[in-house]
Amino acid sequence: MSLTTRPPGRPLALGDRIFAGAARTAGLLILVVLAGVFVFLLIQGAPGLSVDPSTYGQGVTSFWAYVGPLLFGTIFISILALIVAVPFALGVALFISHYAPRRLATPVAYVIDLLAAVPSVVYGLWGGIALSQALKPVIAWLGAKLDWIPLFQGPASPNGQTALTAALVLGVMILPIITAISREVFAQTPRLNEEAAIGLGATRWEVIRLAVLPHAKSGVVAGIMLGLGRALGETMAVTMVYSSSPKYMIDIIGDTSPQTIAANIANNYAEATPDKQHVLIAAGLVLFAFTFAVNFLARWAISRGERKLTR
Amino acid sequence: MKTSFRRAVVPGVAAIALAASLAACGDNNGNSTDAAGASGAAGSSGGKLAAGGSSAQGTAQTAWIAAYQQQNSGVTINYDPVGSGAGRTSFESGAYPFAGSDAFIANPSDEYTKAKAECGADPIEVPDYISPIAVVFNLKGVDSLKLDAKTIAGIFAGKITKWNDPAIASQNAGVKLPATPIHTVHRSDDSGTTQNFTDYLSKAGEGAWTSPASQTWPSTDGLSGNGTSGVITAIKGGDGTIGYADASQAGGLGVVSIKVGSSYNAPSAQGAAAVVAKSGLDKSATANQLIFDVNRTDTSSGAYPLLLVSYLIACPTYSDSSTANLVKGYLSYIVSQDGQKAGASAAGSAPLTSDLSDKATAIVSKIAAK
Repeated sequence: MSLTTRPPGRPLALGDRIFAGAARTAGLLILVVLAGVFVFLLIQGAPGLSVDPSTYGQGVTSFWAYVGPLLFGTIFISILALIVAVPFALGVALFISHYAPRRLATPVAYVIDLLAAVPSVVYGLWGGIALSQALKPVIAWLGAKLDWIPLFQGPASPNGQTALTAALVLGVMILPIITAISREVFAQTPRLNEEAAIGLGATRWEVIRLAVLPHAKSGVVAGIMLGLGRALGETMAVTMVYSSSPKYMIDIIGDTSPQTIAANIANNYAEATPDKQHVLIAAGLVLFAFTFAVNFLARWAISRGERKLTR
Repeated sequence: MKTSFRRAVVPGVAAIALAASLAACGDNNGNSTDAAGASGAAGSSGGKLAAGGSSAQGTAQTAWIAAYQQQNSGVTINYDPVGSGAGRTSFESGAYPFAGSDAFIANPSDEYTKAKAECGADPIEVPDYISPIAVVFNLKGVDSLKLDAKTIAGIFAGKITKWNDPAIASQNAGVKLPATPIHTVHRSDDSGTTQNFTDYLSKAGEGAWTSPASQTWPSTDGLSGNGTSGVITAIKGGDGTIGYADASQAGGLGVVSIKVGSSYNAPSAQGAAAVVAKSGLDKSATANQLIFDVNRTDTSSGAYPLLLVSYLIACPTYSDSSTANLVKGYLSYIVSQDGQKAGASAAGSAPLTSDLSDKATAIVSKIAAK
């Protein structure tokens, strides 16, 4: 339906034209901004692919050897954050939409949304100063008792500033996004499907399993991808919470943990020579392209799910 | 109608975005004059300066700006501690009339060529901020330690791994050292403090430190913190940690006295300033550049060679006379005895010795309008 349909015989009102024009402009402007960001990254980052190898740092000879560990670190920390956040988020969303009495559901939803209002710098300070101290005994125990698991091979960090702490902080940060989207999707399950399941004698969990979750799958995936997007790009929280270096490793309780692209840019931009600045912007381009690809994949997964549902 | 709309949008959006980005990028490489950095009437009765650079100088710059603005009403100066690299880039593009930097511009280099093109002559470089770097640690029951450069290099290179190692115990008779493992802490961000610390370790470490001096920590092992505050937080948070940071930020942590000659010296402002005053100039220094090759193996009594020197980089001439006067006035204040005293009391740094202050003042007084 075009923006300016009108019933036959009625002239197009001025209000219609203005609103249509404003909506079109807003949509185009967003596209222009996104394209502008991409073009900036491309133009400023392209020289970074061909600088003197000494710019990358000691022992690093090519751009991909520089970005590789950072990209790995970004994906690794984000997946850890998802592992922490998704079960909690889905649990809270189901609680709000199906288990809680109406009077409790609204305040709980409100409080979860408040979590999203906390600035990421504050999360970084809290994680680096308070949570790391609280997790010190846990980390020491993991390093002593569970060091046969590669994730916990240690030796345990003395001050708790580890990827484990960062994963918890990031998990708390992306929880409200996933919860908000999931609870909306769960609440929109067709009433008839739920009543049919209840009519067949299903318990509450069986209703959720039979009627709610299949319908909500694509929406929940969309929420998880949004949370993942935030985790991939989160800068201040990961920079301030744990000690990191660009390295391929999966030990999350040791002195040092894998560094993310965003943390690397935050750490190095101020003191960088112009060549190094180009390298950092190129790394930002890699992150941009990767986030774009992840979101594209999510969109494709959702559209496939929707097509299956309407069949 | 829908298809033709879509056909118009995609190339249209791409064209607009490309044009906007190219226009923005083009300005950065232009040779803009430094009239952009200052405005207002000539003389000390007003004017604006916008500059920036090294964050190590940040606290001192705030004190200097406050004092200078009080003495010269109507003048407004802004110093943005964006970092030495960003400050030098802005100076070379003409956005800042002067910059603060933890490293002098190496000669020859691309940066030096750009700076010389921007100024029309060799840039002026004078030291304005000297700060001792302390090796700090957090070890239960121990308040201070005596270590020589070779041991410190061994600890940070990962060779010495326990606190009760004989290399440490032999220099600290009577101190009860536990068998806890040593966790080193370094800067995760590129920093002038790391550059000066690694320079000290490679020059004075007697071969125990094999990496060249660099502002990026050369290894991926060990704890790290973002900025001086990040390092101090990391050290305070755990037992058995040791790291390096600006001496004025050491807080209540244990401090190492380093071996100088045959005695052990704690971090001191006078010791640091004395080492700089006695160091030779870097071999690329021209007539207007007071840039030092700091003598890290200085053995004179009371010296403290583990220090950071931060510089002011300016042009000898400016096309705008009000900029020239403002820069000359402000920089002269910074390197004067009064200015150095004010900066030292605000930031805990070491004031320039009177000899250095005189030399720097002589160079800065040559700033003039073109």
